[in-house]
Amino acid sequence: MNNLDHLYREIIMEHYKNPRNKGLVTNDDYKSNRIKNPSCGDDITIQVLVEDGMVKDVKQEASGCSISVASASVLSEIMIGRSVEEAKKIVDTYINMVTNKEFDESVDLEEAAVFSGVKKFPARIKCASIAWVAFKDSLE
Amino acid sequence: MKENPWIKDFPQLNNHLHYFDSAATSLKPVSVIEQVNYYNQELSSNIHRGMYYESQKATELYEEARESVANFINAQSNEIVFTRGTTASLNLVARSFGVNHLNQGDEILTSELEHHSSLIPWQYVANKTGAKIKYIPLSDQGRIALDAFKATISKATKVVAINHVSNVMGYLTPLKEIIAIAHEYGAVVVVDGAQAIQHIPVDVKSLDADFYAFSGHKMLGPTGIGILYGKDDLLSEMEPIEFGGDMALDVMKTQFSWKESPIKFEAGTMPIASVIGLKAAIEYLKNVGLDNIHQYTKDLYDYLIKKLNELDGIELYNHHSDTFIFTFNLKNVPSHDAISYFSEKHIALRAGQHCAKLIHDFLNINASLRGTIYFYNTYKDVDVLVDTMKEAIDYFKKLGF
Ligand SMILES: Cc1ncc(COP(=O)(O)O)c(C=O)c1O
Repeated sequence: MNNLDHLYREIIMEHYKNPRNKGLVTNDDYKSNRIKNPSCGDDITIQVLVEDGMVKDVKQEASGCSISVASASVLSEIMIGRSVEEAKKIVDTYINMVTNKEFDESVDLEEAAVFSGVKKFPARIKCASIAWVAFKDSLE
Repeated sequence: MKENPWIKDFPQLNNHLHYFDSAATSLKPVSVIEQVNYYNQELSSNIHRGMYYESQKATELYEEARESVANFINAQSNEIVFTRGTTASLNLVARSFGVNHLNQGDEILTSELEHHSSLIPWQYVANKTGAKIKYIPLSDQGRIALDAFKATISKATKVVAINHVSNVMGYLTPLKEIIAIAHEYGAVVVVDGAQAIQHIPVDVKSLDADFYAFSGHKMLGPTGIGILYGKDDLLSEMEPIEFGGDMALDVMKTQFSWKESPIKFEAGTMPIASVIGLKAAIEYLKNVGLDNIHQYTKDLYDYLIKKLNELDGIELYNHHSDTFIFTFNLKNVPSHDAISYFSEKHIALRAGQHCAKLIHDFLNINASLRGTIYFYNTYKDVDVLVDTMKEAIDYFKKLGF
């Protein structure tokens, strides 16, 4: 496989074409965070419902490249049902992985692990992390 | 096919880089690099103050560069202000001239084709002064047409802030006619020339431009140096926006006065090496000849467009670029996905909105890929580009885009 094939994994394409938890809610119990990347036109909103220290629900709306759209979708899917502490840990691990830093391999990133190919494309790190940064901000 | 005689002058070009990003910044020829090095190695010293040989020589070269720029655009050297770039030049006009001359009810006429540098400073002025921004409606193609301009300008128009060439479409604005009409209405015309100066002869006198801004780094010169041309009477009555060393004439405890234009706008130590390099860039451009550049580049562009017209999987947004910028997308592929394919093949294009969001809104797209043909590109570069486009179209189609 070449670098591009490492980037465009089947799972990513699958999420790109069928994004999960898509569509925003008008419910003030959800914390909403929108991030736009003016240089590339990515526009991503993540909504998080936290109850009793647990991520009860995640909604997302993303437009942009396949990596940013798929990463929002994967994020939403793997975060629902986690404790806030666990969720933060996964975000940190994920961000370290895509930015090619040392990361805690004992943390199970589940489907998000397929984004490891991004580290060969420094210009795409933002695409892969934008939804995750928005999500983490909503937990603070 | 004829050998490109200029490539050898550009050390960054090697066998595997295909550089189509000249609209973002041009490559630098050896003569420019050598002049920058000459200052750094042999003349490092500050200008306008040292009494020793190096400083005097550097001052001489700095002021010669100003003359050379003036010559290049048919201005007087006291009408040439050195800045950090087009952005800084346009901000200087907005913050000094704009803020002090506009009032509630005045209008600033601009276009959706503008680079953010030619737009946001005027939005700032509008917010500060209560003036209003108005847009010249673009033609279906996305051009600024004279009729639309005539229909939009009014007695309330005080400033026309407009590009000479669009950095997304490569369209040439009918500037001379626009300026003549604007002057009938008493408006001042501020031209963003960042994408024109490296392609077409610019004569500010014949255009009758009030202000004309451009960047050294897009015309083979170093980064960090930009130019603001302003008519002498306008520059003379404008206040500086930066204060400090070199620009001051007399300094007392509670007051100070400033020197004449252009020095009053050049506070602090300027990028001397870059100014000296800029002069070499102008000399290089003159030696090659803008007409030769135009002819070679146009032929190569026509060759490219002919090939692109035969391709099915791309959407080209400007079929008739005047400065050989081509802006496109692979059908159904977001530009940031596509760009990774090209980057892997050492093809330098740009993806995104190119600091010009409004024209993307106009085109009803999120982002685009942009390339530019310049005179150091070759027929081989174009072949590689088009072949890679074909491969990319197949690649993304197979992935399911
Ligand atoms: C049309 C246009 N205006 C302004 C600019 C800004 O130039 P600079 O970044 O050199 O200030 C650019 C280049 O990016 C441009 O293409």
